[in-house]
Amino acid sequence: MDLIRIKNVEKKYKNGVTAIYDLNLAIEKGSFVFVIGGSGSGKSTLIKMLYREEKPTKGQVIVGGLDVAKIKNHKVYKLRRKLGIVFQDYRLLPKLTVYENVAFALECIGEKKDVIRVKVLKALEDVGLKNKVHEYPDNLSGGEQQRVAIARAIVNDPKLLLCDEPTGNLDPEKSMEIMKVLESINENRGTTIIMATHDKEIVDQMKKQVITLKDGHLVKFKQKGTYAE
Amino acid sequence: MKVFRMLGRSIRDAFKSVIRNFSLSLASISCITITLIIVSIALIASFNVENFTTAIERDMTIVVFLDSDATEKEIEQVEFDIKAIENVEKYTFQTKKEVKERMQKESEVFNTVLSSWEDEESPLKDTFQVKVKDIEKIKATADEIKSLENVSVVRYGEGMVDKMVTAFSSIEKVTYGVVIALVVVTVFLIINTIKLTISARRKEIGIMRLVGASNITIKLPFIIEGMILGLMGSIIPIVLTTYGYLVFYKHFDGHLYSKLIQLITPEPFIYQASLIVLGIGILVGMIGSASAVRRYLKI
Repeated sequence: MDLIRIKNVEKKYKNGVTAIYDLNLAIEKGSFVFVIGGSGSGKSTLIKMLYREEKPTKGQVIVGGLDVAKIKNHKVYKLRRKLGIVFQDYRLLPKLTVYENVAFALECIGEKKDVIRVKVLKALEDVGLKNKVHEYPDNLSGGEQQRVAIARAIVNDPKLLLCDEPTGNLDPEKSMEIMKVLESINENRGTTIIMATHDKEIVDQMKKQVITLKDGHLVKFKQKGTYAE
Repeated sequence: MKVFRMLGRSIRDAFKSVIRNFSLSLASISCITITLIIVSIALIASFNVENFTTAIERDMTIVVFLDSDATEKEIEQVEFDIKAIENVEKYTFQTKKEVKERMQKESEVFNTVLSSWEDEESPLKDTFQVKVKDIEKIKATADEIKSLENVSVVRYGEGMVDKMVTAFSSIEKVTYGVVIALVVVTVFLIINTIKLTISARRKEIGIMRLVGASNITIKLPFIIEGMILGLMGSIIPIVLTTYGYLVFYKHFDGHLYSKLIQLITPEPFIYQASLIVLGIGILVGMIGSASAVRRYLKI
């Protein structure tokens, strides 16, 4: 079954730049997909449309049966609760501990304290940070901070995890650690993962589905692809 | 349950934010305080003005002086005619003797002067004190009475009272204007404070949006923060005006300059005034923060 369907999507920004031209895609539930392409290829725009930070100018973006473009501004939170998002710059709150940062996502949606506790500890275990719950983000390495961000993204058991260059700030070794975490989430939790990256090494090693974008056009959609192909 | 949890969280966040941005919060609390002090003084003043202008208006009486040589029969006729006038609510009759006694009681000077006159040579006249139903028509009624036979002079404090009432009502209008202007200034101040809180928490808000916090969840802490600022800003004005008015009332013995200008008795007036000040404080805080949220929190 397809979790995401993108039909004839075009995205033109207000400044006149067209980021995506006539895109058609279907992504299956439980898959792990890389979105690759150079700067300005439209990969970030694609990710942003999936969590309704941007609206398509034309066409349909359907995520889990919801037509994203039709969601009203004040209802966007309903979509966001069904997905997790990870960014290159982690976006953690420096004044909160690791535990509090992850718990924050559940507090915001009014979850009960005891439920929060169970879910947060499970998520931190999944990313291998159970021994750092009381640390503050500033005392952690970049890789660890990103794992906290991933824990926060998956704590509510989303069906879809969107990652926008999650390894962009990390060295190759730490990047591979992150990829292992993401792969285990994909396998163990069955979470569909879509990850925008331009890290050739990662894509080549992981042998996952690859969507290649160039100047806003879909060039290739390969099962078990590599960066160069 | 969930609603209470979210409300509790919002209140906690709001207090945290007030403490976290303490210097800024203090600045806007002080400004609200100053504004509310002026507002509450204006409020107390305008309530008092309102109070004694209505009291004066209520007390306004037409005094009908009869001709000195009017006979008892003629006086009865005048009484009958006055009774027949529609706008007359009630009237009392005072003979010149009664007038004399009243005036003698009122002042030492009158007492000495009046004592030297015999009843026959008294310049005083028999009078009717007439109260009217509709104060606006007092002039017409006075004129009507004046046209009656055996009526020599009619007085109803023309001019003086009118002027006083208009003067007070224009003072009242100015006061209202000042209050409104100050409230507007305060609202802008709160908008700015909340705007700064919002920008200080921009990152947090961004994350809240990403993890699916509903708009009301995001907005509520800021609105509550504004209300807290308003509440805190109204504490000093309330204490100050409550005690200030009590002291003021005691010092002037309940009236200003003349018995005519009666002050409102402090209880329960000060409590009502305090409630109004508190209400204005919280409301102004809420309006300010709500409009800041609308302007600067694009969600």
